[in-house]
Amino acid sequence: MSDLSSSNLSRVLHARFDEILAAWVSQQVAATRRASIAESDVRAQCGELLDAMRKALGGPGRDDIQTPAWGGVRELLQRVSFSRAQQGFSPSETATFILSLKRPLFEAVRADSGNNAEALADATWAVTELLDQLALISMEAYMRTREELIARQQQDMLELSTPVVKLWEGVLALPMIGTLDSSRTQVVMENLLQRIVETGSDVAILDITGVPTVDTLTAQHLIKTVTAARLMGAECIISGIRPQIAQTIVHLGVDLGDVVTKATLADAFKVALARSGLAVTRMKSAQGPMGSTSPSAR
Amino acid sequence: MLTTRSETVQIRQTSDIVNVRQVVRSWCLAIGMGLVDLTKIVTAASEIARNTLDYGRGGTMLIEELRDGIRAGVRLTFVDEGPGIPDIARAMTDGYTSGGGMGLGLGGTKRLVDDFTIDSAAGAGTRIAIIKWKSR
Ligand SMILES: Nc1ncnc2c1ncn2[C@@H]1O[C@H](COP(=O)(O)OP(=O)(O)O)[C@@H](O)[C@H]1O
Ligand SMILES: [Mg+2]
Repeated sequence: MSDLSSSNLSRVLHARFDEILAAWVSQQVAATRRASIAESDVRAQCGELLDAMRKALGGPGRDDIQTPAWGGVRELLQRVSFSRAQQGFSPSETATFILSLKRPLFEAVRADSGNNAEALADATWAVTELLDQLALISMEAYMRTREELIARQQQDMLELSTPVVKLWEGVLALPMIGTLDSSRTQVVMENLLQRIVETGSDVAILDITGVPTVDTLTAQHLIKTVTAARLMGAECIISGIRPQIAQTIVHLGVDLGDVVTKATLADAFKVALARSGLAVTRMKSAQGPMGSTSPSAR
Repeated sequence: MLTTRSETVQIRQTSDIVNVRQVVRSWCLAIGMGLVDLTKIVTAASEIARNTLDYGRGGTMLIEELRDGIRAGVRLTFVDEGPGIPDIARAMTDGYTSGGGMGLGLGGTKRLVDDFTIDSAAGAGTRIAIIKWKSR
């Protein structure tokens, strides 16, 4: 947009502000027939944005929407796009907000140019260029918000709840699945401590078979959990440490101290039972297809 | 040494660290890296990505697939424009942390990879490049 055409546009906006605003709002109301967005909100959003545009067009830097002069416009537009994205508006419903200003602006510059065809062509081009750029900003904000929402949802899935299972009297197991390095870990740990108290358990098995990466933050969380459980009177066994994870932990220099570790949950369970004076044995009588092992008092 | 493929990954929020690990994992699988080396480099990437986010105020990771004769590997270059590290030797020391960490991220990463270079100075941001070759 040239400086001349932005100064013309500025003049039109000043002279015909109310007219443009009224036309824009009625376009909006016709286009977005959604209960979720009140007409008074639309009116306020349009008014604020148009006012910000008028200010941006009135000063230095007006010919380039990347300049600080346009900061207020960009921010307002991003805010509107952000809130629409969060309310589940489609991309076109969101872009309509700024694009529906095209027609009222065209009409205003047409009325302003009178019979001067060249001036009209210039002004029309300036409006088109400006609104297209603003629409891109709106779309970028929309996409960014949607991406963040999706990322958060994925994160939630990675952090699916970690149930605390009572395996046997006095023995709890915590099969951990997914990433262990966020605020969710705190919840998981509190959950475990709570269940230790409720069940009066003295052994808790933390199974990390489903944890893809054990870095120093994960290790720190595990160690904190073990320490806290100990304070509650329960010993922890960490199971499911695969060979490649064991090697990596050693290279990192992480010292799991005197924590008992076992390759599998089954091994850890055996250790836990032994601590309570129990063992798993095969019953002589049950050797058919349903033949099973069952824990019994030694 | 030849770069046959590259991509830049943003590190701006916690979920980006999960993404970094996934990207590194898939690139290493693509060159047929074994499970042990793969786990090592993914863990190293997780460490440095978290430092980039927590201490470097966010940044990027450039991942490159490398060929050197018949050798294949990946290079990960983490760049941030954060406060930088005033004393690199101290930061590399096992157990040193200025946050609440274990202080094993930098030292541990160096032990997990084949090549480790760090450029940093107070006020100048941090650049860490690590290489892991696929063992033959
Ligand atoms: N990108 C970075 N920018 C600034 N400082 C860093 C950066 N990475 C690491 N550091 C410094 O190095 C220290 C050691 O890092 P690290 O070995 O990963 O341990 P930890 O993350 O547990 O603190 C950090 O506590 C921090 O002071
Ligand atoms: Mg670290």
